[in-house]
Amino acid sequence: MTRARKRKIEGVIAMALCTIAALMGLFWLVFILGDVLVHGIKALNMDLFINDPAPAGVEGGGLRNAFVGQLMITLCATLIGVPIGVLGGTFLAEYARGRKIARLISVLSDIMVSVPSIVIGTFIYAVLVKPLGHFSGWAGAIALSIIMIPVVLRTTEDMLRLVPWTLREAAFALGAPYYKVIIQIVYRGASTGILTGILLSIARVSGETAPLLFTSFNNSFFATDMNKPIASLTVTIFQYAMGPYESWHTQAWAASLVITLSILMLTVIGRLLIKGRLGRR
Amino acid sequence: MALQFKKNPADIVFSTTTAIASFSVIIFIIGILYVLISESSPAIGRFGIKFLASTDWNPVKESFGALTNIYGTIITTFLSLLIAIPVAIGIAIFVTEISPNFLKGPVGAAIELLAAIPSIIYGMWGLFTLSPIMSKHVEPFLKKISADIPFVSILFQGTPMGIDILTASVILSIMIIPFTASISRDSFNLTPPIIKESAYAIGATKWEVVKNIVIPYSKIGVFGGIVLSLGRAIGETMAVAFVLGNNHRIATSLLDAAATITVTLANEFAEADNDIYLSSLFYLALVLFVMSFITLAIAKYFLLKAERKYSR
Repeated sequence: MTRARKRKIEGVIAMALCTIAALMGLFWLVFILGDVLVHGIKALNMDLFINDPAPAGVEGGGLRNAFVGQLMITLCATLIGVPIGVLGGTFLAEYARGRKIARLISVLSDIMVSVPSIVIGTFIYAVLVKPLGHFSGWAGAIALSIIMIPVVLRTTEDMLRLVPWTLREAAFALGAPYYKVIIQIVYRGASTGILTGILLSIARVSGETAPLLFTSFNNSFFATDMNKPIASLTVTIFQYAMGPYESWHTQAWAASLVITLSILMLTVIGRLLIKGRLGRR
Repeated sequence: MALQFKKNPADIVFSTTTAIASFSVIIFIIGILYVLISESSPAIGRFGIKFLASTDWNPVKESFGALTNIYGTIITTFLSLLIAIPVAIGIAIFVTEISPNFLKGPVGAAIELLAAIPSIIYGMWGLFTLSPIMSKHVEPFLKKISADIPFVSILFQGTPMGIDILTASVILSIMIIPFTASISRDSFNLTPPIIKESAYAIGATKWEVVKNIVIPYSKIGVFGGIVLSLGRAIGETMAVAFVLGNNHRIATSLLDAAATITVTLANEFAEADNDIYLSSLFYLALVLFVMSFITLAIAKYFLLKAERKYSR
C-alpha cells in the first residue's frame, strides 16, 4: 500500500469514528427524552394536578402538593437569588471594572457554579434546619438561591460588559450620576441578556434534588407554609422511583416528564432570546 | 476606565449594595468551609486524619471512615471520564470539522439540551431503563468475552444485577459528555483558520489537520474542559444515587454495588440518628467540598490560561 493511500484510509476511519461519536450523543438524547416522553404521557392525567397523594400503596391520587411546593420553592429562590445575582454582577462589571477583586469574585463564582449541590444542602441543614429543629420550605429556597446567585451574577457581568462604554459616556456627559446611568442605560441595553441568564438559572435550579433532600425535605400533604417541610417534584420523584409501588413509579415518570419539558422549554427560550439579540447586532 | 465621579449620596448607596451582593459569593464559600469544619469537628477529633484511610462504616458501632466512599467516587469518576472523553472529543471534531454547516447548529443544540436535562431524570432513567439493559445484555456479554482473559475477568466477577459501578459510570459519562464536548468545541473553534489552511495547502488530510494542528493548538482548553467535567462528576449525586446501591466496601468487580461520598450523603444524612454519625457525614461533605473545589480551581486555571493564549 502506498503511503498516500494509507494516510487517506487512516483519515476516513478517524472521521467515521468522530461521526459515530456524534451519533451516539444524539442517540442518548433521543433515547432518554423518548423514554421520558413515552412513559410520562401514559401516566399524565388531570388527576395528577388536582389531587393530593393517596396513602402509600393505594392506587390513584395525584401530586398537587409537589407541583405547588416546587413552584413555591423555585419562586422564593428566584426572588432571593435574582436581585443579589444581578446586583453582584453589576458591581463586577461597573464599579469594580478592571480591579483585582472583580476578577477574583468572577473566578470564585465560576467555581461555585459547579460546586456539588449536595454540599450546599448540608451547609443549609447546619445553618437553618438544625438550629430551628425542623425542615422548612425556606431552607430549600435559600439552598437553591445559593446555587442561583453565581449563575445570574456571571451572566449579568458578561452581558453588562457587552454594552459599549461610549453609551455610558454619553449619559455621563448629560450629567447623570453613575447609578442612574446603570439603571436607565446599561440595564436597558443588556436586558435581554440578563433575562436569559435568569431563565437559565431558573432552569438550572428547578431540576435540583440534592440540596432539597435535607432542607425542604418532603411532605405527603398539601402545604403552602414555607416554614414547614414542603414537597417538591424532584424529591418526590426520588422517593417514588425508589419506592416499591408500581403506581408510584408511574407518577414519578409523569412528574419527570413535566419537569423535563419545563426545563427544556426555559432553556430553549433562553437560547433563542440570546441568539435573536446577538443576531441583530 | 476608572473614572472619578463626584459622589452622589444615592450613588454611594447603590454601589455599596452591589458590592455587598457580589461579596456574598465569597461569604458563601468561607461560610460553607467554616460550617462544615465546625460541624465535623467531633468526628475530626475522634477519628482524625485516619478517617480518610479507614474502610469502616458502621453506624451501630459508631465507627466511621471515608475510604470506601472516596474509593467509590474516584472509581466511578475515572470510569465515566474514560468513556466520556473519547466520545466528547469525537463530537467536538464532528461539529467543528466534519459536519456540513446546516448540521452544526442542530447537533450543537442537541448536545446542549443533553446538558440541560436534570440529573434526577438521568438517575431515574438509569434505574428503570438502563439498569435492566445492563444486567440482561451488556454485563453478561462483558462477562463472557472477559472470562478467559486473566486479570480482566476479575473486573466482571459476580452476578450482573445492573445496580453497580459499571451502570453508574455509564450514566455519569452520558451526563458529562455535553460539558466536555461543548468546551472542546469552543477551544477547537479558536484555532486560527490560516494555520489549518496552510496545513491543507501542503496536502494534509482532514484527520492530520485535526491531529497535528487543531488538537495541539487547543490542548490547554480541552484539558481544562476535561478537568471541569471531572469536578462535576465528583459532585454528581442524583444520577448515581439510583443505581450504585450504597454499599460500603472496596469493590474489585465493576459489577459490585458501591457508595460514593455524594450517594452516602443523599441516603444517610436525613436518617443519621446520633451526633457522631451526623458529624462523620459532615466530615464527608467537607472532604467532597475540598476535593471538588480544588479540581474546579485547577480547571479554571487551565481555562483562563487557554483564554489568555487565544486572545493574544
